[in-house]
Amino acid sequence: MIHTLVQLAYIVATALFIFSLHWMSDPKTARNAVRAGVAGMALAVLATWAQPQIIHHAWIVIAIVLGFVVGVPLSRVSLTAVPQRTALSHAFGGAAAGLVGTAKYYLWLSEGPENLTTFRMIAIMLEIVLGYLTFTGSLLAAGKLQELKWIPQRPVTYPGQNFVNLGLLALAVVLGGYVVVNPTAPISAALFPVVSVLSLAFGVLLILPIGGADMPTVISILNSYAGLSAVAMGFVLDNKLLITAGALDGSSGLILSIIMCRAMNRSFSNVLFGAFGQVQAGSAATGEEKSYKAETVEGAAQILEQASLVVIIPGYGMAVAQAQHKVREVYDALRQKGITVKFAIHPVAGRMPGHMNVLLAEAEIPYTDLVEMDEINPEMPQCDVALVIGANDVVNPAAATDKASPIYGMPIIQADKARTIFAIKRSKSPGFAGIDNELYFGDRTWMLFGDAKAVVGELAKQLTGGSGMH
Amino acid sequence: MGTHEVPALDLPSMLFVFMLSTFIGVGVIRRVSRLLHTPLMSLTNAISAIAVVGAILVTGSDYPTHIRLLGAVALFASMTNIVSGFLITNRMLKMFKTRDAEKAAPK
Repeated sequence: MIHTLVQLAYIVATALFIFSLHWMSDPKTARNAVRAGVAGMALAVLATWAQPQIIHHAWIVIAIVLGFVVGVPLSRVSLTAVPQRTALSHAFGGAAAGLVGTAKYYLWLSEGPENLTTFRMIAIMLEIVLGYLTFTGSLLAAGKLQELKWIPQRPVTYPGQNFVNLGLLALAVVLGGYVVVNPTAPISAALFPVVSVLSLAFGVLLILPIGGADMPTVISILNSYAGLSAVAMGFVLDNKLLITAGALDGSSGLILSIIMCRAMNRSFSNVLFGAFGQVQAGSAATGEEKSYKAETVEGAAQILEQASLVVIIPGYGMAVAQAQHKVREVYDALRQKGITVKFAIHPVAGRMPGHMNVLLAEAEIPYTDLVEMDEINPEMPQCDVALVIGANDVVNPAAATDKASPIYGMPIIQADKARTIFAIKRSKSPGFAGIDNELYFGDRTWMLFGDAKAVVGELAKQLTGGSGMH
Repeated sequence: MGTHEVPALDLPSMLFVFMLSTFIGVGVIRRVSRLLHTPLMSLTNAISAIAVVGAILVTGSDYPTHIRLLGAVALFASMTNIVSGFLITNRMLKMFKTRDAEKAAPK
């Protein structure tokens, strides 16, 4: 009886999770997505807890309370820190899967070896390998995103790296395979931790060679792994709710990584094994001196006032400078003069999928004026002023024209098609990916040098002040 | 009831469920607004913390202490993801406003 009720609760929870994701299709219904998700999760937890075999309650309560103690502050981080928080939660998800898999193996080894069927052992092995590599890989990714001093930011590469990584993985597979075939052999109980440690090490080695520009893709891939480790746990525990919810997460991570890869014209294997850093080191070494044309903020404000369509192209540099709210002031000032203002959002602007949208939404810019790359590009020739704020590689025309460029083939926002281009740049150094940008030397491009927040703030002042005088 | 009855694992039906839910997942996620990909990721973080179910079973059942301890750590990790995942998703989604909604809002 109780078993049937629990299964029914799990079915309802699954349906709620599917509705939850469905409601994310539109910002108008998205708040319902959270409600449905919370309801589904509460139902799943209570139904599981209510089962008669759950007899120790104190530890459950303590773990849940601690989860709240850590979880609530983690949900209040600044929006620039959301990528790190996301990576950290992938790490937690991976750890949970790995630990449950480990617990189940040793439990069955001592109390019910007949449970350790080949199929279950395969599932346990997948669960701990995926879980533990996601754990360390995501921790390292979170550390890189947080820019911790003792973690190398630039890709760490060395000769034979892929050989070492794949060799390690192959060793884990061979040892894991032995444990799968001989789960109760005395040596297997000792090999199990070895496989766990190899997976933990593999997670670190997998992320070490990956640089900042690839982080959006990597976070998505780790998201997928975290989901798949939950699926594996479902196979181990014979629990279909775990399989469905894990599969939803796994497919979400998969789709986001495909979108990110397309947005950078890269393949999965290229991101994971390509060591982007090596390529750029070779081609960025063109020591040619080119000159920028600088413009004053006053001059830029005058030209902006004459425009009828202004497209603002934000990059992560805007967020680093905390210039979002000043950008919003410029947006307001221009709109008050009857000028149409749109934001062109590249899929990899920011440090995780959709990051830029959230940063601009926080600055209270209506989401209806945030336009995707594919939609804005046909409009760029009609654009009077393109204002590039802290973006670099996503507007670099070399991606379309220069076959030698490491970002060749990457789709870009065609800022170079606009009638006038203003680019705000902190210094004359190259961008995140370390590549020179042709756009800055174009005939119609004028540079506004300085801190993005200061320059945009000054621009806002000029625009609002100007309207009072005329 | 015996402490460890061994139910025959229904492997085909589990694979079936996995296959179908992957297709549903892909279908639903493809339609998610690109504006919301960051909240989507924090939402799926929270949902995939469904591993909490396995963690509760390991922590609360009549198992040896060291096994239950592993479960409790997993339960803590999952619960952290559930709490922070749903809260931050909600926090981000509240920020997405249209121009009309913003004018109508009191502040």
